[in-house]
Amino acid sequence: MLKITIGQYYPVQSPIHRLDARMKLLCTIIFITVLFFIGNFLGYAFAAVFLAGMIKLSKVPPKYLIRGLRAIIFIIFFTAFLNIFFTAGGDVIFSWGPIQITQQGLVNALRMAVRLVMLIIGSSMLTLTTTPIQLTEAIEFGLSPFKKIGVPAHEIAMMLTIALRFIPTLMEEMDKIMKAQMARGADFDTGGLFKKAKSLVPLLVPLFISSFRRADELALAMEARCYRGDVGRTRMKQMKMRFSDYQALAVMGLFFATILGIERLAGLWGVW
Amino acid sequence: MEYIVKTENLVFEYQVLPTEEGGETQREAALAGVDITVKQGEFVAVLGHNGSGKSTLAKQINCLLLPTSGTVWVKGIATADGDRAWDIRSSVGMVFQNPDNQIIATIVEEDVAFGPENLGVAPAEIRKRVNGALAAVGMTQYAGNPPHYLSGGQKQRVAIAGILAMRPDIIVLDEPTAMLDPIGRREVMDVVKILNREEGITIIFITHFMDEAVQADRVIVMEEGKIAMEGTPHAVFSRIDELKAIGLDVPQCAEIGLRLRQAGIDMPTDILTIDELVEAICQYK
Repeated sequence: MLKITIGQYYPVQSPIHRLDARMKLLCTIIFITVLFFIGNFLGYAFAAVFLAGMIKLSKVPPKYLIRGLRAIIFIIFFTAFLNIFFTAGGDVIFSWGPIQITQQGLVNALRMAVRLVMLIIGSSMLTLTTTPIQLTEAIEFGLSPFKKIGVPAHEIAMMLTIALRFIPTLMEEMDKIMKAQMARGADFDTGGLFKKAKSLVPLLVPLFISSFRRADELALAMEARCYRGDVGRTRMKQMKMRFSDYQALAVMGLFFATILGIERLAGLWGVW
Repeated sequence: MEYIVKTENLVFEYQVLPTEEGGETQREAALAGVDITVKQGEFVAVLGHNGSGKSTLAKQINCLLLPTSGTVWVKGIATADGDRAWDIRSSVGMVFQNPDNQIIATIVEEDVAFGPENLGVAPAEIRKRVNGALAAVGMTQYAGNPPHYLSGGQKQRVAIAGILAMRPDIIVLDEPTAMLDPIGRREVMDVVKILNREEGITIIFITHFMDEAVQADRVIVMEEGKIAMEGTPHAVFSRIDELKAIGLDVPQCAEIGLRLRQAGIDMPTDILTIDELVEAICQYK
């Protein structure tokens, strides 16, 4: 079974863990935006050093982050691959029939791969250091200005919470159904892609049916506990911005400025 | 005497869709005229096998279902129109059968806080209530854990804590032990008894385990949407033949007492617990 580390919380105590979820969300958004501003490798190197520093500070083992990357390695290779073969311009390094590999293509491919890896690691830093509940609260807070134009901020946050709550339950259930089917001779491991996909049908149908039943019962239980949307609701854990949160924002601002500076200098010196 | 829950000629019907094409939609009565009264601080067990209407009765008390005819009063408020469902639900807590499908949050203490958050309780007060509720069910050490690492009995205790934090007067438990192992069943039962005796919370405990019903103050036996028997555990469980006729078991010890009587050994007719059985056998000359 594929272990999904994206979106999972890594429970340790660290300065990053202690930051307000809203600030972490904001910083992550800034980081991702900055990634798309970077055009040269000096900038990427600096961003990588910055990210490594953050990982060190968060006390999340790097091994854990790399394991999270494994799930999307295919996407990274695929994008890199497309970039190598479909970028025109620059010196031709290698050509074979209609296929041409250009220097620009290689540079683009590498740039895209580095950008994707940093994007994934950067955003997993958010989910690894923030409990799902805090994260959904931050998202709810972030969306609340859009409530006026009809964005159901509270409902979206509640849906996310419930989805996260039921991932392990449904995984367990899927395992159970799989074993039950295997005990009756179902085969999930052999055959081609098509046959494998087809063998998932007897797995997904019972899983769907039971999810609907669960949803029904959960709705009843929520209603029984006086849930009626966010009407007159309070929160046990109040979010509070502290001095360290503003420090984090300042660090992020500094990072942004440095990247812009590097870009500027690289432009002057003509480094790609 | 003031009753905290009272039903009068309560009827609840639901539609049965036709099984074959062109068939007619039928109405079936899950509750066909039920009159019950529950006193403040009482521990009532409701017995009955599947389809006897006991779960439907539980949902009526919490306003999750509304009567087709007849009336349900909870603390003097009639549930009939559903307008005051929220008020009723804030004083009637409900624990369901499947522990997995009633836990909402990804952290135990956050789940316990869900109810009081819905009630709009102040944050500091919620924290106090959550700590108190977790302590009352003996789950304090698991406050920060994700619920899926807990055993069934522990999850059910978390669910009870989530109700307790809402400070209800009545807790309705709808077969809370049906999916648990014997250890989990005992954990839940112990917590329920403590809440009833020490906190004075009225308990309506729906079950099909006789050995749990024995521990209540009063037992109501349901059959086909009606009340078949009602009385103290001793009174109800001494009517062994009637219980068997409805297809219910009798508590193990009562069964042994019956067999001994049938074998010509003089045994009292109201044996329910192991202690009573031991006593009776020791007294036998």
